[in-house]
Amino acid sequence: MNLFQHIGRETIGKVAAIGRAGLMLFGALASLPKLKNVYLTVRQIYVVGVQSLLIIVVSGLFIGMVMALQGYTILVDYGAEGSLGPMVALSLLRELGPVVTALLFAGRAGSALTAEIGLMKATEQLSSLEMMAVDPLRRVVAPRFWAGMISMPALAVIFSAVGILGGHLVGVDWLGVDAGSYWSLMQSTVEWEKDVINGVIKSLVFALVVTWIAIFKGYDSIPTSEGISKATTETVVFSSLAVLGLDFVLTALMFGIE
Amino acid sequence: MTFRRGDRVIYDNVSIEVPKGKITAVMGPSGIGKTTLLRLIGGQLLPDSGDILFDNTSVVSMSRGELYAARRRMSMLFQSGALFTDMTVGDNVAFPLKEHTRLSDDIIDTIVALKLQAVGLRGAVNMMPSELSGGMARRAALARSIALDPDLIMYDEPFAGQDPISMGVLVKLIRELNDALDVTSIVVTHDVTEVLTIADYIYILADKRIIGKGTPDDIRNSDSALVQQFLNGEADGPVPFHYPAPPLKDSLLGEGS
Repeated sequence: MNLFQHIGRETIGKVAAIGRAGLMLFGALASLPKLKNVYLTVRQIYVVGVQSLLIIVVSGLFIGMVMALQGYTILVDYGAEGSLGPMVALSLLRELGPVVTALLFAGRAGSALTAEIGLMKATEQLSSLEMMAVDPLRRVVAPRFWAGMISMPALAVIFSAVGILGGHLVGVDWLGVDAGSYWSLMQSTVEWEKDVINGVIKSLVFALVVTWIAIFKGYDSIPTSEGISKATTETVVFSSLAVLGLDFVLTALMFGIE
Repeated sequence: MTFRRGDRVIYDNVSIEVPKGKITAVMGPSGIGKTTLLRLIGGQLLPDSGDILFDNTSVVSMSRGELYAARRRMSMLFQSGALFTDMTVGDNVAFPLKEHTRLSDDIIDTIVALKLQAVGLRGAVNMMPSELSGGMARRAALARSIALDPDLIMYDEPFAGQDPISMGVLVKLIRELNDALDVTSIVVTHDVTEVLTIADYIYILADKRIIGKGTPDDIRNSDSALVQQFLNGEADGPVPFHYPAPPLKDSLLGEGS
């Protein structure tokens, strides 16, 4: 009986948390953005987007380089090393760009968002905003949400672009694949809507999920050192799992069923 | 007014009246929910029954817009100060002005300087909150809470963890601000001696209800054992030293020995 009670209590707790998360997002977004909040959003784009650039660029470069190396060793056996360009570009644009960017974003920016909002709660900054008649949902939550939604697709595009250049560096400059076939086959294979736009859509979905989880975990955290540490961990774990699970669903919808 | 948190009753039919323009102190042992009382007044929590009136208007039945309008007329000094850590002291004080008024930057700078002058921190206008001592942080937060010239200031444990000098400074500031700005002050605290010197009226809360009320003299001369225990800081009395537990002998030797 205790097991059933436990399962029931956990389920109700989870459902209630989803409800609170929905209410929080609704409260934050159900108002027209004010001019003042545009400035706050730009500042957050700098914090979560621009400051994530280094890790995104370095990861993109190395993943592109590794893929070119691995791809070359397999393709060269069949004399198909000319197809290296499309292989690198398609893997990056469809899968690795959005997914790895989202995972890195969850670790780099999501954890920071959770910890920041959690500490604002612990140090009563959120309460004091409320008592100053300033809605913390609009002032603190909304700019961070929009910053995540704007930054992540941009970061994913940068990730893919740098990865393709990394692939060129290894495949063409080092291993001697013909530069013309690297670019021209890529140009003829990659489709704008099917590959590029779908990748950006994936990235937008991941941005919504990761930013939402990160902000909600901070906003809903127990305001103690232990509670914030737990919330930060959960942000990274939950958003990574959500990204990987959703990626499968989105891939099936976009590329799987013809 | 009655308030419950879960099944635990925090307040059971408590009635408190705060006279305009005076300093009212609410005292009581730790964990009695004194901060909760301030949150109830500020409309951050809602009572289970009863009503809370601010300037003869019910906080409980206010719409969101009305509540936010009312909150512009009240301010709260949090125990931690709750300064925004990413802004300088000056920007912290300017924050409510920038949010709620259309004053020009020059005028805001002047107001900030005046408010900081009142708490003796005009020299710290460009410092970050992390560079301030605990007492200075609380004074900076006080400057921020008077920025909009509120009608009501609520102080949450203003003296907790302060050295004697900053304690004296805060006592002086609370009294002077109250008289100079003609505001109503509610001080929630358990520092008996400080409160007896500045408060006009005192409520002592314990055990979900009011156990004593009156002017500082009434309280000093109260014949309630509970009030006297609180004032004199006796370890045991009507508020027991031991949290309820089975007798030690039973716990150590096992039941029935």
